[in-house]
Amino acid sequence: MSATQTVSLAVPRRSLAQRYPALRRFLRHKPALLGLCVVVFMTLFSFAGPWVIPFNATDTDIRARLMEPFAGAHVLGTDPLGRDVLARLMYAGRISLSVGFAATALSVLIGVLVGLVAGFYRGAVGAVLMRFVDAMLCFPSIFLLLAIAALIEPSVTSIVVLIAMASWMEVARVVEGQIRSLRERDFALAAESLGAGDIRIMFRELLPNAVAPIVVAATLNIAHAILSESYISFLGYGIHPPTPSWGNMLENAQSYLTNAPWLAIVPGVAITLTVTSFNFIGDGLRDALDAKLDR
Amino acid sequence: MQQQQHSASALLQVQDLRKWYRLGGGWLGRPAQTVKAVDGVNFEIRRGEVLSLVGESGSGKSTIGRAILNLDPPTAGQVHFDGKPLAGLTRRQMRPLRRAMQMVFQDPYSSLNPKHTVEELLSAPLEIHMPQLTAEQRRDRIDAVLKTVGLNPAHRVRYPHEFSGGQRQRIGIARALMTEPKLLVADEPVSSLDVSVQAQVINLLLELKQRLGLTMLFISHDLAVVGHISDRIAVMYLGRLVEIGDAESLLNNPRHPYTRALMAAVPNIDPRQRRPRELLKGDIPSPLAPPSGCAFRTRCPHAQPACANGVPELRMVGQQHATACIRDDI
Amino acid sequence: MNHLEPIHFVAAEDSAQVDNILEVRDLNVAFRTAQGHVHAVRDVSFSLRRGETLALVGETSSGKSVTCLGLLGLTPPAPYCTISGSARLAARNGKTYELVGTPERVMRQVRGGVASVIFQEPMTSLNPVHTVGAQICESLRIHLGMKGRAATDRAAELLNQVGISDPKRRLTNYPHELSGGMRQRVMIAMAIACEPSLLIADEPTTALDVTIQAQILELLQKLQSDNRMAMIYITHNLGTVAEIADRVMVMYAGRIVEKADVVELFTRPQHPYSRGLIHSVPRLHSGRVRKTPLFAIPGNVPDPAAHPPGCTFGPRCGHFEPGRCDAAVPDLESARPGHLVRCVRWPEIEGAA
Repeated sequence: MSATQTVSLAVPRRSLAQRYPALRRFLRHKPALLGLCVVVFMTLFSFAGPWVIPFNATDTDIRARLMEPFAGAHVLGTDPLGRDVLARLMYAGRISLSVGFAATALSVLIGVLVGLVAGFYRGAVGAVLMRFVDAMLCFPSIFLLLAIAALIEPSVTSIVVLIAMASWMEVARVVEGQIRSLRERDFALAAESLGAGDIRIMFRELLPNAVAPIVVAATLNIAHAILSESYISFLGYGIHPPTPSWGNMLENAQSYLTNAPWLAIVPGVAITLTVTSFNFIGDGLRDALDAKLDR
Repeated sequence: MQQQQHSASALLQVQDLRKWYRLGGGWLGRPAQTVKAVDGVNFEIRRGEVLSLVGESGSGKSTIGRAILNLDPPTAGQVHFDGKPLAGLTRRQMRPLRRAMQMVFQDPYSSLNPKHTVEELLSAPLEIHMPQLTAEQRRDRIDAVLKTVGLNPAHRVRYPHEFSGGQRQRIGIARALMTEPKLLVADEPVSSLDVSVQAQVINLLLELKQRLGLTMLFISHDLAVVGHISDRIAVMYLGRLVEIGDAESLLNNPRHPYTRALMAAVPNIDPRQRRPRELLKGDIPSPLAPPSGCAFRTRCPHAQPACANGVPELRMVGQQHATACIRDDI
Repeated sequence: MNHLEPIHFVAAEDSAQVDNILEVRDLNVAFRTAQGHVHAVRDVSFSLRRGETLALVGETSSGKSVTCLGLLGLTPPAPYCTISGSARLAARNGKTYELVGTPERVMRQVRGGVASVIFQEPMTSLNPVHTVGAQICESLRIHLGMKGRAATDRAAELLNQVGISDPKRRLTNYPHELSGGMRQRVMIAMAIACEPSLLIADEPTTALDVTIQAQILELLQKLQSDNRMAMIYITHNLGTVAEIADRVMVMYAGRIVEKADVVELFTRPQHPYSRGLIHSVPRLHSGRVRKTPLFAIPGNVPDPAAHPPGCTFGPRCGHFEPGRCDAAVPDLESARPGHLVRCVRWPEIEGAA
């Protein structure tokens, strides 16, 4: 019997859910699904919301200042200048979420590059890079951020860069560990035996297999970035008014805690919900993408 | 020695190959230990032939496979491929040469990148070595090779985990064939497969050898498989070659006690022929501390005091048959 | 039936039954997985006599390992795994245990005391942080109540029995200090420590070098004859089966497809799968023309969650007859006394090569 006649009996293709067990596992993780819904809602809320509501984040109306929520036309009340809190929340959400996503994207970019090179070349190069990462991790990020924020002109861009600078190390660590172990696998050796160059092996062979932990780290980074922006702005060094962000809304609400608590509660709840949701998504992704469960 | 002479028909020549690994030591006063995985091996592979390297754990056979391809460069010794010396070449310099020498790996589950489709896997060698091909041409080649190894070309969009072990191994073989290599190094290609699938892949390799005139270095621990597929067989023990020769000659008349012991240890498929077998005593010595002289003497039923004096050299005992045993009378 | 009490046979109807230490009837093991209900073992029945070696031969997902894990209650608990059927095991002291459906408490007594298992990878079966001696003594303590000096002496004696030299010193070794062959010997020593009436060996030599494999096989045979211990030997390696088995059961996709004495199976295999397997193995000893294509069974083992209708081997069988073979799962028929085969076409195939 000729081997070529043995056209192997085909393994039947299974459904999408069966082919991507990770997707199925993610869909079973209730907190993660909830988190995803909340995040999607908050994103739509912030970016599409302003078209829907009649008010504007910057129109002041002194006669309607400090109105309570659910009392009148302003669903979430007004601030000391009579601006609609709901509208401000939405615009602030745009800023905070954008900063979160952008800072994460940048930190992932830097972290992946550093981790990839360190994990692939190991030896002296790897050691030096990772010690640098360790050194950066030793800086208490809060103080680092504040110190630099105090020195430079704050703007959305600078905040994004700053937060990215404080969070790329975690990604680098994760990537370096993954790449270092993937490099020993047979398929990496096979790629080398085929004559593949270093760049090809790093980006086409190894990196796609490290995507799972990177995605998890990135998701958790978004949560961290939003939180970082909030407290930098809260401490006065971040986004400056009149541009609203959830952080500086909190800062502005400090002096009104007793008579207008909703000014603090509303952005506070927004931050908490969003950050927690990203954390849940990250957890769900981590469980779903657990490599041991895949074959 | 005949094997050393540069013959025009030799595709691969290995001279005094050594691969030593250093373990720890040095820091706190503990002396560094050296594992001599391969310790002075000589052989050649002629064009169109299948040479098998057979041995147990610690024999160094897999190490030789990687050393020959410079994936794990040798510590010492010379490797000539198609007349070109490979020692000392950097990874960059090796790359264009890799087109002609390919490897098939043991574990079909880890040797294929799980994130690539079959098409991407088979496209890679073409993209690296034949970048001038168009996507269309690449696809045609891929389809042709898939048919050659007995797989359905329509399955090229699937991922490795959608295939069985035997099919994955076929994909691995297909990948190795993409650049039409001159030499194929197969490192235990059937050891991880089910029995019924082993036969399929063995047949495939035999057919490829006949149709494409493939030269193959077949590494295995299974003497029965080796006996079935090889033209010549080389037996290894603790990093050294103990016997090498034409398959018929070696299997019908093994001259080295270790080869005999290996053959005796392989179970016989015929239950009517159960007889008390002459079994080896003891375990394989640790490669960290191989016995002096002939490494096999600690377990050899025919050992003499003279066996401890120096490592025996391979000497001819037949037309195409050499053994590294000093005794002639066993 | 009261599962808290061991069952006692009052009178044996069949005198041959007295010598049977294991009687398995209609054993079924099913798993609940994400892919659905997987029926790993179906309708397995066999018996085993004292001192006999039964080989369970099969490939991936044949159900050979699950059968034995199921017998000893080593499968996941319900509802992830359901076991039905009956399996009666006789201990040396005359007590009989029903293994299916027995509470864990009783099974713990059975395991190690009446029936033992040795697995393929001794490195993962032995606890790396305890010495070899400690592990053997633990087994002696649990099942025989031996302590202190008596236990250590017995442990050394066991190591000697399994062919380990300098046993007193070896007792103080940790598993990683021993070679693969030695570790497997230690596993065997632990398994026979309490003189079980049944030893289940699940691919014990697959991970070992062939010269060591031969030693271990010889050791197992010697221990069996010394202790009159029955053995179930699970493997995919037909050569080892030919070397040590008395009877053979070939399994495919969870069912027994052929059951016979070893010589009978290798000289006159009836089931196309058995024939295929036997002919596809390259031979070293019996003269066969080298470098010619081997007989190869086409296709692959079916997905455990999606078996083809009728005979599960049908799609790969050279003698498949549509309408007959895929109509229903064939029953086990008697081809000759003591030789059972699960194939509707076996009389016609008999003559063919």
